[in-house]
Amino acid sequence: MTVEITVTVNGTAHTATVEPRLLLVHFLRDVLDLTGTHVGCDTSQCGACTVHLNEDAVKSCTVFAVQADGTEVTTIEGLADGESYTPVQQGFWDEHGLQCGFCTPGMIMTAEWLLKQNPDPSEAEIRAGLAGNYCRCTGYQNIVNAIGAAAKAGR
Amino acid sequence: MATALFGDSVKRTEDPRLITGRGKYVDDIRLTGMTHMAFVRSPYAHANIRSVDTSAAANAPGVLTVFTGADLQEQLGGLPVAWLLPDLKQPPHPPLAYETVRYVGDAVAVVVADTAYQAADAAELVDVDYEILPAIVNAEAATKDGAPQLHSEAENNIAWDWNISGGDYDEAIKDPDVIVIKQRIVNQRLIPNSMETRGVVADFDSGRGNLTLYTSTQIPHFVKLLYSLVTGHPEQKIRVVAPDVGGGFGSKISIYAEEIVCGIVSKQLGRPVKWIESRSEAYIATTHGRDHITDVEIAGKKDGEIVGIKVDVYANIGAYLSTFAPLVPTWLFGLMLGGVYKMPNVVCRVWGVFTNTTPVDAYRGAGRPEATFLLERMVSRFAQEIGRDPIAVRRKNMLASHKNGRAVTTGVMYDSGDYKGNLNKALEIFDYRGFRSEQRAARRAGKLLGVGISTYIEITGAAPSAVASSLGAQAGLWESSNVRVHPTGKITVYTGSSPHGQGHETTLAQLVSSELGVPMEDVEVLHGDTDQGPFGVGTFGSRSLSVGGAALFNSLGKIKAKAHTLAAHLLESDPKFVTFEGGSFAVEDIPDKSMTFQEVAGAAYGAANLPPGMEPGLEEISFFDPTNFTWPFGTHICVVEIDEDTGQVSLVRYVAVDDVGNVLNPMIVDGMVHGGVAQGIGQALTEQAVYTDDGQLLSGSLMDYALPSADMFPMLEVDRTVTPSPVNPLGVKGAGECGTIAASPAVMNAVIDALAHLGVKHMDMPATSEKVWRAIRDAKETQRAARAAARRS
Repeated sequence: MTVEITVTVNGTAHTATVEPRLLLVHFLRDVLDLTGTHVGCDTSQCGACTVHLNEDAVKSCTVFAVQADGTEVTTIEGLADGESYTPVQQGFWDEHGLQCGFCTPGMIMTAEWLLKQNPDPSEAEIRAGLAGNYCRCTGYQNIVNAIGAAAKAGR
Repeated sequence: MATALFGDSVKRTEDPRLITGRGKYVDDIRLTGMTHMAFVRSPYAHANIRSVDTSAAANAPGVLTVFTGADLQEQLGGLPVAWLLPDLKQPPHPPLAYETVRYVGDAVAVVVADTAYQAADAAELVDVDYEILPAIVNAEAATKDGAPQLHSEAENNIAWDWNISGGDYDEAIKDPDVIVIKQRIVNQRLIPNSMETRGVVADFDSGRGNLTLYTSTQIPHFVKLLYSLVTGHPEQKIRVVAPDVGGGFGSKISIYAEEIVCGIVSKQLGRPVKWIESRSEAYIATTHGRDHITDVEIAGKKDGEIVGIKVDVYANIGAYLSTFAPLVPTWLFGLMLGGVYKMPNVVCRVWGVFTNTTPVDAYRGAGRPEATFLLERMVSRFAQEIGRDPIAVRRKNMLASHKNGRAVTTGVMYDSGDYKGNLNKALEIFDYRGFRSEQRAARRAGKLLGVGISTYIEITGAAPSAVASSLGAQAGLWESSNVRVHPTGKITVYTGSSPHGQGHETTLAQLVSSELGVPMEDVEVLHGDTDQGPFGVGTFGSRSLSVGGAALFNSLGKIKAKAHTLAAHLLESDPKFVTFEGGSFAVEDIPDKSMTFQEVAGAAYGAANLPPGMEPGLEEISFFDPTNFTWPFGTHICVVEIDEDTGQVSLVRYVAVDDVGNVLNPMIVDGMVHGGVAQGIGQALTEQAVYTDDGQLLSGSLMDYALPSADMFPMLEVDRTVTPSPVNPLGVKGAGECGTIAASPAVMNAVIDALAHLGVKHMDMPATSEKVWRAIRDAKETQRAARAAARRS
């Protein structure tokens, strides 16, 4: 059985016929070839696959593609305008908020959402906001600094 | 972007692609006709394979082929070991098991299908009939008579019985002034958890007979060599590519079964084959770290003088010998038992023991964290026993500073160090005296506050190849570099080291920019593609800059020398009157006689006017083999607060003062220290791989394994002292692992310090809330019983 869905990703509407069990992350990566969204686990813990679904940050490994039918999805590829980065992206670059880079797309998407909810977060609020995203390289310190810098830049 | 200098915190050139989703990891590779592979893995820790029925899987939708271990037995040699020890038992390690499975996760068959979903579905349909055998997971118990045996080659499951000693420990403890403190310490098994799991894409070109393997590895060149040795595929017809690699931490320094099997199957099928490890699969199929059961003794006098250490270790190596398994718990462990102390007597014996668990290999620090934990924990324990301050005891026993070689009891030569100077700086930043008075006040107020210190030294920068070879290495451990200056003066560097988060593209371009005075953006740094440069070694053991960077430095030296000669020729001057500064050659005192580096490069390729005997072109290769390892050291101080009611340990402060020699890019080194410390804290407080007695991994997913999250940490306070290394031209030491090595003992010493007044003397990691709560309860119970006994008497 397959289902036709239409999902607007980074501003472009895409119609595709998919298996009902296809995960949104695999729709993005394998059907649309948007490989910036990563898969880091299979139990919804790591957050590497975080994207925006309408107004929410979601783990796209925990959403079926069919559930995204009719929604607007933003992925890491949809943030920058050419080489003009968002304050969060710029913060990650300026503050050395990444090393291997694998968790980074999910971290950035979470941080974008976090700053929308709370444009002026304390260090503790940033750390709490990252509870759903794992990083094994940075010890989180420069990720926290990056988000703090982005908040400052956005004010 | 301008030119960069050695010592600048240059922002990373890798980042623009990685912050915009344009990195390319193995799973991002798509090839025409690509198929997908899934592995069928044993659910039992120890079993004989009676039969494998693949018929249902073979008929499942989209399935192209199914192979069992028996099908491929003839084509697959055993997986090799890259480090040997005397009398090492090396049982066969088939990439796919065909007779016996020896751990949960041992692969028995593979299914190849059009899509990954179809392959995973069909893998469920492979019906393996197992005869379940008794299993053993504890390394000490595995050595006892009557324990289940894994391999007929290894009696009592012992792969090796290795020892090292210096001085005469037994004689030293005969002194009546010497007290001996004994402790059993378990250094728990850890699961590395790089955020990118492993993955392979194999692409066999049947026309040319060439195989390309894209693999998430730290050692692409070794994978090429070992793939060739295992399968007989000619080495010149193998290309291994490590694209963007999402972390490794030692778990990607082995040659793995999946790399071999993907290559073989692609060749059989004539189509590209992709395998991407799921996280849960990574928990059982990718190597683990640590897992020592140790009986340790430290001996010293009441005045604080330490006279020796004695260590017996059961090192759990899992079901098979992984590539570097024999090295990690032996040399990388035993050599470090003297630490930064005079330590005149050292005795160390290590049994490597097979068990029905996932193979154990390097994990960040690899042997040094285990040694450092024992030593730093026991030095603080010794101080506690003799009623002296742990810092005073450390200071009393510390080696004097030295700039060029200090022989120590374990038989090695530390390269350079100023251990007391480093300690002093850390204490100054931390304000140790101030803390102790704060702690007394906190205790009066009923708060449990503790401080822990570790003054570590470690071994990095493998290796002087002749030394490594004498210790058992089966390959040279130098590093290579190729510098290709193009006719326009732009530069391509190939390094044999293979980054997976370390930022080589930035730091090596920075080194080129600093040396040649060219802009950063004129330099392209390539790595991890065996077709793009000379044979290399890879990135592990904190070696990339001290060995790989030194190789690059030497290549740049050759480039500069040739360009200098050519420039002098073209400027019609004696070379000794030609200077090279800011990317420009000039004749001294003649202002208008100069040439840019780019002009010289063009002339080298134009070849219209070369000095007699000079070949055209401007390209150089260097292989750098150091004369010694490098020995970073430092002081980490940690403050914890413990909630008496719940046992919850909170980190209050963390000060790290490391000495990694000269620092090329401070921002990157600080980042490595942050990440390293976080992993050491993870071991101290949360992480632990847990097996049931019959070999099921209970902590088998990210749901069950307590990886540290952002809210666990305070802002780390990171600083440095600088003692250049004399063993490489850059004066650098390794910086990738020191944080991990230093952190676990610092944290655990703080936990014990917070509870010391209750009589707590030791606790094994991780210091979970439950464990700490029980320790407090037991200690108070003991104190109450003692008071009651005192009242009665």
